[in-house]
Amino acid sequence: MAWWPPTSAGPPDVPLFEALRLALQTLRTQKLKSSFALIGVFIGVMFLIAAWSIVNGMNLYMTEKFAGTIIGVNTFHLRRRPDFTPNVSDSLWRAWARRPRITFGDARAVAVGIHTPVITAWESSSTRNIEARGREVRDAQVTGATERYFDIKNLRIAQGRAFTAQEARGGALVVVIGYDVVDKLFPDRDPINKEVRIGGRPYRVIGVVERQGKLFGFSLDRFAVAPALSPMQHLVNPPGVVDALIVKAQSLPAMREAMAEAEGIMRSRRHLRPTQDNNFALETSEGVLDFWAGIQRFLFIVGPGIVLIALVVGGIVIMNIMLMAVAERTREIGIRKSLGARRMDILRQFLAESSAIAAAGGGLGVLAGVGLTILLGAATPLPAALSPLSIVLGLTLGTVVGVIAGVYPASRAARLDPIAALRQE
Amino acid sequence: MTPQDFRTGDTPLPDIIILTHRLTRVYDMGAEQVHALRGVSVQIRRNEYVAIMGPSGSGKSTLMNLIGCLDTPTAGEYWLNSQKVSELGDDELAHIRNKEIGFVFQTFNLLPRATALHNVELPLIYAGLSARQRREQAATALERVGLGDRMTHKPNELSGGQRQRVAIARALVNNPSILLADEPTGNLDSATSAEIMGLFGDLHSQGQTVLMVTHEQDIAAHAARVVTLHDGLVATDQRRAA
Repeated sequence: MAWWPPTSAGPPDVPLFEALRLALQTLRTQKLKSSFALIGVFIGVMFLIAAWSIVNGMNLYMTEKFAGTIIGVNTFHLRRRPDFTPNVSDSLWRAWARRPRITFGDARAVAVGIHTPVITAWESSSTRNIEARGREVRDAQVTGATERYFDIKNLRIAQGRAFTAQEARGGALVVVIGYDVVDKLFPDRDPINKEVRIGGRPYRVIGVVERQGKLFGFSLDRFAVAPALSPMQHLVNPPGVVDALIVKAQSLPAMREAMAEAEGIMRSRRHLRPTQDNNFALETSEGVLDFWAGIQRFLFIVGPGIVLIALVVGGIVIMNIMLMAVAERTREIGIRKSLGARRMDILRQFLAESSAIAAAGGGLGVLAGVGLTILLGAATPLPAALSPLSIVLGLTLGTVVGVIAGVYPASRAARLDPIAALRQE
Repeated sequence: MTPQDFRTGDTPLPDIIILTHRLTRVYDMGAEQVHALRGVSVQIRRNEYVAIMGPSGSGKSTLMNLIGCLDTPTAGEYWLNSQKVSELGDDELAHIRNKEIGFVFQTFNLLPRATALHNVELPLIYAGLSARQRREQAATALERVGLGDRMTHKPNELSGGQRQRVAIARALVNNPSILLADEPTGNLDSATSAEIMGLFGDLHSQGQTVLMVTHEQDIAAHAARVVTLHDGLVATDQRRAA
């Protein structure tokens, strides 16, 4: 039965506004029943918005911060084994552990051997306490690096300076620290030229890195970087070994070229035959992003699945409530029909009612979803970024569910025989 | 022209507000067919006050439903206000009910959660009037039945007689051609019944055509004409001497 557009014959249609007014009035008078009816849509829309916000926030973090901070754009790491290793089997892990480490010799040979214009830096990290004047920062990340490390990692110096090539080569006892360390050790003093002790050795603070914020709840400002050849080396690695050689190119193609060169240099240094696999790792941010893309694909299948289930359940609940409403109000329908309501008027009245229930559920779901997102962002390390599209989509989906769930009960109401309906007690 | 003179293909005289011609209604009850009406021919003039009587099963409810455009005949013709309604579809019948007929039911049939005013407004909603016009007309109709001071009351806050007055106001609000009352005093005590009958009399004297179904002799006595049905046929049709 066509209920839209309205038929041209007959008197003017009861305006949609009238049907909506009536629907809201019914919702007001039947608060409890209506609130049960809208729970499904409420949950669905709330979940949609909260989940969307988290995926969205994770996405922003992964692409902008995580990949950029941990590895860097157009950058690859030469390592013994990949650093970012989700889901690795035990046997693979053991195989990785048997690989030779990256030596100073390897790092120097690759850095010198790559002809593509790149900048390189050594990086070796561990966790140690940093002390000064009786205070200490526990389990900070301490890194031995070379002078280009700050450029490659995009770590801008806020106070003081980074260390120079001479200092790096000479293994000077200088250190660049993050703001968490400053806040802990020098809360009310200028940290520059002060002394901190790491692993029992004194280092002079020469610079402080701009505040980096947090990633998954972990502070990115709780670190100290000293020249790779300084005594820091003993804290982070066996003698003559680095965690990684970081290589940054100017573009993605240049990075791939440099990677191929690095691979060739390493394979020849390790005397690998063509049939043998690399016994070192070249890791890029793409790997991290691939992994994230995998999670995202999963979330984009599971997320909508859960939303869909909630909305379908919500729709069924609404349909049930509406069928009950039609049964309960059979007499009312009879009365309305006897007074001149046409099928379309009745259909529209009940459709408006179910849509209003669902839209109310959707609206409350949006509010709760936004609230939940804000709460998650504030109370947990999960990054959450609200997407306006999700709000629009949530409201639309909610209302569509209401209309769909209302069609059957409403058409049943519209088809009621007025005489039989009037006889009903 | 008497009912017997009407032939298929004729049109009723303009004075005739209701004309049924060999109206038949057969209910299909599966195995058997129930002949509720077997050919009822009645003509009612404008501003008549008619009571339809008959024992239960005589077909008076069926006739009432047909005249009220809630049902369609199996065979025969039904003309209402010079319009042949026996062949109209669902939505057109709804339109006729809205414009031409004012129902008054035994059980009042008011919406319990709506105020008196809103109940009276209902037919005007389906007539497509604006909210302001509706309120004005509904208020006028309520004043006409003496309930101007009860507009915001809900049915459960009103007495039986007051409820029936609200129903009558609702029936009158669209200025229908006929006021169709089905056992209007069936749920009322005798004092209130007399009051409602008095109101019907007033409306009739103001020019309203009134058609009332009842099985009570003394209620039927208020009408100027009594049509008796028996076994789906008109048994008697008597005019009371004025």
